[in-house]
Amino acid sequence: MSYSTLQIWGIIIALGLGSYLLRLSFLGIVGNRDLPEWVLRHLRYTAVAVMPGMITPLILFPQATGGALDAVRLGAAIATLAISFWTKNAVLTIFGGAAVLFALHFMIG
Amino acid sequence: MHSRSAYWQGFRDGTPFLLVIVPFGVVFGVVATEAGLSIAQTMGFSVLVIAGAAQFVAVQMMVDNAPTLIVLAASLAVNLRMAMYSASLAPHLGPISWWRRGVVSYFMVDQAYAASILKYEQTPKMSHAQKFGYYMGVITPVCPIWYVSTWAGAAMGAVIPAGLPIDFAVPITFLALIVPMLRSAAHVAAALVSITGVLVFSFMPFNTGLLVAAILAMAAGAEVERRMARARGAA
Repeated sequence: MSYSTLQIWGIIIALGLGSYLLRLSFLGIVGNRDLPEWVLRHLRYTAVAVMPGMITPLILFPQATGGALDAVRLGAAIATLAISFWTKNAVLTIFGGAAVLFALHFMIG
Repeated sequence: MHSRSAYWQGFRDGTPFLLVIVPFGVVFGVVATEAGLSIAQTMGFSVLVIAGAAQFVAVQMMVDNAPTLIVLAASLAVNLRMAMYSASLAPHLGPISWWRRGVVSYFMVDQAYAASILKYEQTPKMSHAQKFGYYMGVITPVCPIWYVSTWAGAAMGAVIPAGLPIDFAVPITFLALIVPMLRSAAHVAAALVSITGVLVFSFMPFNTGLLVAAILAMAAGAEVERRMARARGAA
């Protein structure tokens, strides 16, 4: 890394400020004004539109294996999905998924 | 529900995220200091940027000596989803005071957003004060422990055994949060378009394919909802 101390702090502060403005954007501007129904209809799907896409590459092409499909991670993902559908409980799912992940890691990893 | 009990409910729901936050914070601390950042700079990232994925991208690009503007563009692209979270939370938290919205914005991390939006949708009767209380409850265990575990990783160095699959803590948590959200055909359609879209647009630089996929997925969810409502109206 060949940045000056000033450059490094510049990156950190600019990134912090930029991230904050992204987070504040709509929440800050919209306030308590009512949004039109078609906008609300789209916003209802934000979470299911962003999060599955975010994790799909992490499951199929993990960086830790250089992007190769990995039985431990794929198995843990399938088990997590199954536990989630079965229990409908986020806490149990997180613990169960983590348990399967480490079990598979030490058995076949 | 009192806003105080909403706070503690959020606190309980936020606590399991520590399984993700602790290893991630430690790994970031280790990676950042090994890349050549001081402990103060590493903490600067976790306190000022407070977004694990973007922080990892920034440090990775700094290791490659990328130009400053490219480092910023790539990392902010990873955080563009926060603007979508902000829009999605606006109908729920828009009416609270401006300084509270300022606080909510600073602590807007994936786990806080996902847990809160799930709760708000499952409990439509919550007041704005209760929704704010719940959100603050979720971030109470998550964000301070993010700082502490970053510091622990930075100060103690490579104490975690190499090769453990801790990178996978994030997908597991997200799967646990997504599945309960798939309540209707519209939600399922949005999720399927999101998965397909991110694979189709994976050639796009700086993670921008995810944003295209997300916009298409939101449109898909909204369109399915509109058609289902019309079919119900016609029936």
